[in-house]
Amino acid sequence: MIKTDALIIGAGPTGLFTAHQLKIIGLDCEIVDNLDKAGGQCIELYPDKPIYDIPAIPECTGEELTKNLLAQLRPFNINFHLGERVDELKKVENNWEVKTNKGKSFLTPNVIIAGGVGSFEPRKFSSKECEKFEEKSIFYSIKNKKIFEGKTVSIFGGGDSALDWAVELSKNSKVNLIHRRDEFRGAKATLDKVYELQKSGKIELFTKYQLKTVKGNGSLESIDIEHENKEIKNLKSDYVLGFFGLIMQLGPIANWGLNLSKKTVDVDTEKFETNQKGIYAIGDICNYPGKLKLILSGFHEGALAARACFKIARPNEKYRFEFTTSSKTIKERLGVKSD
Amino acid sequence: MAKITYVEHNGNPHTVDVDNGLSVMEGAVQNNIPGIDGDCGGGMSCATCHVYVKEDWFNKLEKKLDGEEDMLDQAYEPKKNSRLSCQITVSDKLDGLIVNMPEKQI
Repeated sequence: MIKTDALIIGAGPTGLFTAHQLKIIGLDCEIVDNLDKAGGQCIELYPDKPIYDIPAIPECTGEELTKNLLAQLRPFNINFHLGERVDELKKVENNWEVKTNKGKSFLTPNVIIAGGVGSFEPRKFSSKECEKFEEKSIFYSIKNKKIFEGKTVSIFGGGDSALDWAVELSKNSKVNLIHRRDEFRGAKATLDKVYELQKSGKIELFTKYQLKTVKGNGSLESIDIEHENKEIKNLKSDYVLGFFGLIMQLGPIANWGLNLSKKTVDVDTEKFETNQKGIYAIGDICNYPGKLKLILSGFHEGALAARACFKIARPNEKYRFEFTTSSKTIKERLGVKSD
Repeated sequence: MAKITYVEHNGNPHTVDVDNGLSVMEGAVQNNIPGIDGDCGGGMSCATCHVYVKEDWFNKLEKKLDGEEDMLDQAYEPKKNSRLSCQITVSDKLDGLIVNMPEKQI
C-alpha cells in the first residue's frame, strides 16, 4: 500500500502541471496513467501537431509540450505508475483507497482525476463474432510475436502499427494486409517496404476492403472481407490483428458515485472538487458553467485543486500563498539558489 | 442558419436550426442530439463525431482535409460517404442537410 498526500489519475499536461503545483506547496504525489508514457492526448493523439495557445509559447507540438512539462518536474522525485488503470476507489475512514488493474493500491486523502476523456483503449472490430476470439486469435496489440511463426496472419489498419507489424511478421509468417482505402497514413519508408514485400510475394495487400466476419469453431479458421463494391473474399487466417488506434473511454470512473454530465465530471470552481470530498476533477474531464477544454484551463484548475488538497492533507497547518520568485521555501524545494 | 437533420442509427430523426459558423458536430452537441460524441472537441483527433452523408449532399460539402481521412480509418464502420461532422462548417448553403449516424461512435 503506497501512502501519499495526493494521487493524480492521468499523466497528460493537466496532471503533470498539477504534480508540479503539489510539490511546490510541499505535498507528495503519485501519478497513474493507463498509457505506457506521459503526455496523455498530447502524446497519443497529436504528438506532431502544433499547438498555438499555450501562454508565452507561440508554437509547440504535443510532444514538445510534454517534454517541457516533464523537465519542469525534474527537481522533484515523482513516482509514475504507467501502463496501469485505476479500477477501484473506496472510502476508508478519512482516506481513499485506490486500486489499479495491476493490483497496486494507494491510500490517500486526495484523488485528482485528470483523465482527459477517460482512459485509452484499443478500437475494436465491429463484428460481434470477433469477441469470441479476442485474446486467442484476434489481438489489438502484440505481446508475443513468436505465436505467429509459420501461421497466416491478417492485419487490418493503415497506420504505422499495421505497416510495421506487417513488415516484421512477414519474416516468419504469411501476412495479409487489409485496409479500407488505397492510401496509408504510415511512414513512407515503411510503406515502400510493404510494396516491395508485396512484389516478392511476402505480403498480400487488400485495399478498399474491411472485415465482414470471422469463422471458426474454437479456433479461428478464416475471415470474410468485404470490398467497397460489396464483393466478398474469404481468406484463410490463423490470426487477425486490428490496429485502429485508441479510443478514450470513461471506464471505471463512471462507477465511483460522482455526479456526471455526459462523459464529464461535475465540479465546483473554487476547489474543482466533485460531489465526493477529497476527489477532484480537472482538465478536459471536468464540467462547470463556462468550462473550456483548453490546456491552459487545466493548468488553472490543477493549481486550485492542489491548494484544496493541502487543507485536507495537512489539516493542522495553515496554507500560506507564496510566489516562486521570492519564496525561500519554494526555492529549496526546487533545488535552486535563493538570492 | 441552416436546418440540419441528424438521423440516429435506429432511424429516429432530429431536425434543428444550427447557426452559421458552427460545425455540424457542435450543432448536435449543443442540441443534445444523441449519437454524436465529439470527444476531442472538434480537433479532428478522435473520430467520435462520425456521420454518413448521402451522395447528393456529400458532393456539395467542402473537400476533406488530409487528416480527416486518416481519422476516419479509426472510426466505427467507415464508408465511402463518411465524414467527421466537426469538419463540416455550417452555412446557409447547408440548409436541409441530412446526416446519418453510425451504430455507435466507438
